[in-house]
Amino acid sequence: MEFAGFRSRLERLGGTVTSQVWRIGYASRFLAYLVLHSGTALRRFRLTVAQVYFAGVLSLVIILVSGLFVGMVLALQGYETLQRFGASESLGVLVALSLVRELGPVVAGLLFASRAGSAITAEIGLMKATEQISAMEMMAVDPIARVVAPRFWGGVISMPLLAALFSAAGIFGGYLVGVQLIGVDAGAFWSQMQAAVDVRNDILNGVIKSLVFGIAVTWISVFEGYDAIPTAEGVSRATTRTVVTSSLAILALDFVLTALMFTGGNH
Amino acid sequence: MNRSMIDLWVGIFVTVGFAALIFLALKVGNLASFSTDQTYSVHAKFANIGGLKVRGPVKSAGVVVGRVADIRFDNESYEAIVSMNLDSGYQFPRDTTAKILTSGILGEQYVGLEAGGDGVMLKHGDRVRLTQSAVVLENLISQFLFNKAAEAKEPAK
Repeated sequence: MEFAGFRSRLERLGGTVTSQVWRIGYASRFLAYLVLHSGTALRRFRLTVAQVYFAGVLSLVIILVSGLFVGMVLALQGYETLQRFGASESLGVLVALSLVRELGPVVAGLLFASRAGSAITAEIGLMKATEQISAMEMMAVDPIARVVAPRFWGGVISMPLLAALFSAAGIFGGYLVGVQLIGVDAGAFWSQMQAAVDVRNDILNGVIKSLVFGIAVTWISVFEGYDAIPTAEGVSRATTRTVVTSSLAILALDFVLTALMFTGGNH
Repeated sequence: MNRSMIDLWVGIFVTVGFAALIFLALKVGNLASFSTDQTYSVHAKFANIGGLKVRGPVKSAGVVVGRVADIRFDNESYEAIVSMNLDSGYQFPRDTTAKILTSGILGEQYVGLEAGGDGVMLKHGDRVRLTQSAVVLENLISQFLFNKAAEAKEPAK
């Protein structure tokens, strides 16, 4: 009796692991197929441009406003701590480095996942539920090339630009609070920032991070949408899974990328 | 929303996005002073480099004239070998002194070059012979304490 219960539990564990591994493999094949069949999306670039509009332009407001407030809060909190050490002139360094290295790509990625990623999943999932995808297949139109690939590339193009805008808005917010409100010297604010932020080490690495997050989030979004069970419940579950999985993926990837980028030649 | 409006907005989005990137690169990261000009390499031996880091600045009279390219330990002389890439636009005499200095009281450490009077200039691969090591705070304090102790003894004699 004991053994049978133990065995069935082991079997369930094995089944979960196998199905997860199978799903990852399926998702990877999906990505490979998607990239290989994105000729249409790039040749008929207007399809991708429309998706840049939906993923990028419509996310602008939330990205800019969040960036502004994150920068303002960073400046307020950073000033409190820095002035204890008499280093309030380093406020610009603190705001710029935290935004460019970490907060810009990560928070913009999280916002992008919940604002644009969920919309992509819901759209593709609903297309599947209303049999538009099957209809395309009937007309010998490849739905991955026609529907999925433009959304993927639209997201991948939008994400680094959104992250850069987030960082820029945040630094502007930090400037507003630090220099205009608190009264840190403007010259010290900018010059210390410029002395400490390295173009290749900090800014380029931040852009690479945001590009990686963009690929991960849009990949998860289009895959969850395409893989959704074509019912109302299935689509809503897929949308939830997109937000949860992409957020976890962003945070985990961020740790890996930070470990690779910022711990190398710094000792 | 018709096509041309979408195109217009995407155009604005992409332009503003790249403007943000350029803002980050120029205003925040100071790409302008990130010179990609030609450089020549010189090296110097120091008994102690303190907290000097690779890519730290090399300054002369306060102006950044190059960057620290590499820091190694010499197994024979038990000294640190610091390689520096100097901008080709700046030439220094062969008897230039290299010092490890600190900007401000808690600031970063950098290599300061003080030009000598020799007519021959440093070339690529040359060694700066006159050096002065970093000031180590602990050594200074212990020196000070020893002096104090010695002073306190003398009057008793």
